[in-house]
Amino acid sequence: MIGIKKRGKKNNTQGKSGAQQVLVSFFATVVALLLGMLLISALGFDPVKAFSSMLIGSFGSLNAFAETLVKMTPLIYTGMSFALASRCGLTNLGMEGQLYMGALAGTAAGIYLTGLPAAIHIPLTMLAGFLGGGLWGLIAGSLKVRFGASEIITTVMLNTIAINFIDYMVNGPMIEPPGINCQTPPVQDSAILGNLIPGTRAHMGFIIALVFVLLFWLYLWRSKPGYEVRVSGLNMEAARYSGINTNKNILLVMFLAGGLAGLAGWNEIVAVQIRMIPSVSPGYGFDGIAVSLVGNNAPLGIIIGAFLFGAFRAGGNRMQIMAKVPNAIVSVIQALVIITIVASQMVLEKWNDRKLQQESGSKEEV
Amino acid sequence: MSKILEMINITKCFPGVMANDNVTLAVEAGEVHSLLGENGAGKSTLMNVLCGLYRPTFGSIRLDGEEVKFSSARDAMARGIGMVHQHFMLIPTMTVLDNCLIGAKDAGKFVLDRKTTAEKLTELIEKYDMKVDLNAKVGSLSVGQRQRVEIIKVLYRGARILILDEPTAVLTPQETLELFEMIRSLTEHNFTVLFISHKLNEVKEISDKVTVLRQGCVTGTYKTDDCSVEDLARLMVGREIDLSVKRAEREKGEILLDVKNLSLKNAEDQKRLLEDICFDVREGEILGVAGVDGNGQSELVECLTGMQVASSGEIVYKGQNLRKMKTREIMSNGISHIPQDRQKTGLIMPMTLVENFALQDYYREEFGKSVYLNWAAVTEHSKKLIKDFSIKTPSELELAQNLSGGNQQKVIIAREISRHPELLIAMHPTRGLDVGAIEYIHQQLVEQRNKGIGILLVSTELEEIMKLSDRIIVMYEGKIMGTVKPSDITIEEMGLMMGGQALESIRAKKAV
Repeated sequence: MIGIKKRGKKNNTQGKSGAQQVLVSFFATVVALLLGMLLISALGFDPVKAFSSMLIGSFGSLNAFAETLVKMTPLIYTGMSFALASRCGLTNLGMEGQLYMGALAGTAAGIYLTGLPAAIHIPLTMLAGFLGGGLWGLIAGSLKVRFGASEIITTVMLNTIAINFIDYMVNGPMIEPPGINCQTPPVQDSAILGNLIPGTRAHMGFIIALVFVLLFWLYLWRSKPGYEVRVSGLNMEAARYSGINTNKNILLVMFLAGGLAGLAGWNEIVAVQIRMIPSVSPGYGFDGIAVSLVGNNAPLGIIIGAFLFGAFRAGGNRMQIMAKVPNAIVSVIQALVIITIVASQMVLEKWNDRKLQQESGSKEEV
Repeated sequence: MSKILEMINITKCFPGVMANDNVTLAVEAGEVHSLLGENGAGKSTLMNVLCGLYRPTFGSIRLDGEEVKFSSARDAMARGIGMVHQHFMLIPTMTVLDNCLIGAKDAGKFVLDRKTTAEKLTELIEKYDMKVDLNAKVGSLSVGQRQRVEIIKVLYRGARILILDEPTAVLTPQETLELFEMIRSLTEHNFTVLFISHKLNEVKEISDKVTVLRQGCVTGTYKTDDCSVEDLARLMVGREIDLSVKRAEREKGEILLDVKNLSLKNAEDQKRLLEDICFDVREGEILGVAGVDGNGQSELVECLTGMQVASSGEIVYKGQNLRKMKTREIMSNGISHIPQDRQKTGLIMPMTLVENFALQDYYREEFGKSVYLNWAAVTEHSKKLIKDFSIKTPSELELAQNLSGGNQQKVIIAREISRHPELLIAMHPTRGLDVGAIEYIHQQLVEQRNKGIGILLVSTELEEIMKLSDRIIVMYEGKIMGTVKPSDITIEEMGLMMGGQALESIRAKKAV
């Protein structure tokens, strides 16, 4: 269950119960926050003030809460993207690039398809966003199937390509006339998502993301292809033995995972930015790893993880203004959360391993 | 000659298993001493104790009469005991010299002293006539040469006692001869060699003495010159087999599976893993495949179940050739498979029993239309199987890893039998299980046979094979040594066939 670690070999790592996992993640987060407070006071700031202003910034008012929802929406998608790949035993580190490609495709559909009613235009831009990210993910998938190239490497390299490609598109072919700002023209009004809470930035995209979490759950736990994905992820040998086409699975999962990350980009375009800019994502793709890690690759866990990291992002700004603590500290605290969770999971895994060994004996060694 | 090494009353227990039971072994300097035994007889455990990887539960080790305790392989190496493992521990992209430098303690403290090392190695190579190029990349060497590098590595680190674990398993006959020459030249220089093997002819040829292990105990130490290959076979296999399983004799059924001239080559080094395998399985019979582990049985089963594609030959089942078919096609065609490793292949350990029961049939209509997977139906099915096969589990939602070995195997057997196969391929179905579970699984297999199902039973447990099979084929290095009926063969003959002698040649020898 350790995010970056290759899974499948150590099958028993997923044996722990969900409740145990949630508890461990919770305590790890608390420990990380305490460490963060220590760090803040070591830097000479007031940790209580820093944290209270962060809390006010993320939950203190309707506006602040809406901001948390806005920040967590793309994280739900990228968290699902990483989790889906993980469930299949793959490590998708390309969410950032897939997000950018999805955003670009969504923007293109939003700008160049004209004269459509919103009920048709929005789904079309969504489809474009999904395809943009999905095809980008599929590249890494096919490199793995065809040449055995590690998706960990290829997805990271594809990130760089995607981000630079977007830079070019926004500065060149798709630039908004007359070409003063490096951004595209805004998407058609018919492509823009409606508001969720009047008077705030919270938008319908949040609800759509929740619908996708439901689909994510249905796919993995209620469908035959999803069962194949989970079997391949937990035990590749058993998948081969049952006749599951593992190569097809890799392609499919990388496409779907890419698509989910692409939807994060689409969401940013049609609900937040309205147009493509080079910095459409402040690292939502990479945060997806953390979200999925905190959430144990499970639907509800991903929502909780996205909520946590969304709140960090929303509250970070206020902390900077009110307590004068640099926003970079928020990144440090996020990193602390990841480290403590990974560490606690490793301890848990070791502990479970030992328990298992004591129970079953060491037959293999005889 | 003096005793260079003594292992006295070594007992090694693993939870639930006694791998070595009061084993005593005395080795003299300059001799080749073989350890002979079937799989699981405790050879490897004993050697792992000797080279410091395991600590014995009881017992002591004496080197030159002085008691020693090793806590790591490094300790043992420091006292001159070096092991050459069956699976080489070399880095293919590095040169022979660099491989020898890894972990060597006198290769310079901070800067690698390549030159001195190279000189020492060259000296060794010339002394024992090993023909290895120090600057060659290990990846470009043949398997035999790689093994030589392993031996040089151990010698360079100062070993006086060499443990060779199944060294000929990976070699061609010619390479084996070269290895034997090297062993002889080493013993001439007063090195001691412990030779682990189950190949009777090789043991007879190379060793001065042989200690036979059976089920963790020593059956005896003998001078090789005093024993014939037949004696060794009997000592290794030992027991007389109880053939008293109750089952009706059946008339010969129709041929269900016909394997013709099946061959498989290793893509990497073109080594033949299977060679001209021919046999058939009939309805209502158990065909036993006997042989020591690693003689092509896994490859055979993989070819039959579509997990590997054989290089040539035919697998005819119901008028179709299965050779190039995909696993799913084969398995949905009335074939079930109990895989050799229940934990690595047969089950998904962190999944629930329900999810494990779904593994072979989840795609069928009865478990949900189209892409929908109807867990209610699978759960229903699982509950029935748990009851019918009396699987001990708190609930059908228990994780597979929390069941005992016997119950895990029952889950697989329940799943595979409930598919109503016509052909059942069962590999090591009782490995590592307790007597009760073994009994139960044997009953199930015989019951299926009596129903008219053809069973291919691969096992290294000779007793199991002799007891259950209607006919037996014996495999050795990817070839079939003979097809026999259990009633027509002696244990001694079985042992000889498992050790690499064809049935005809054994019988011919007897006739003379």
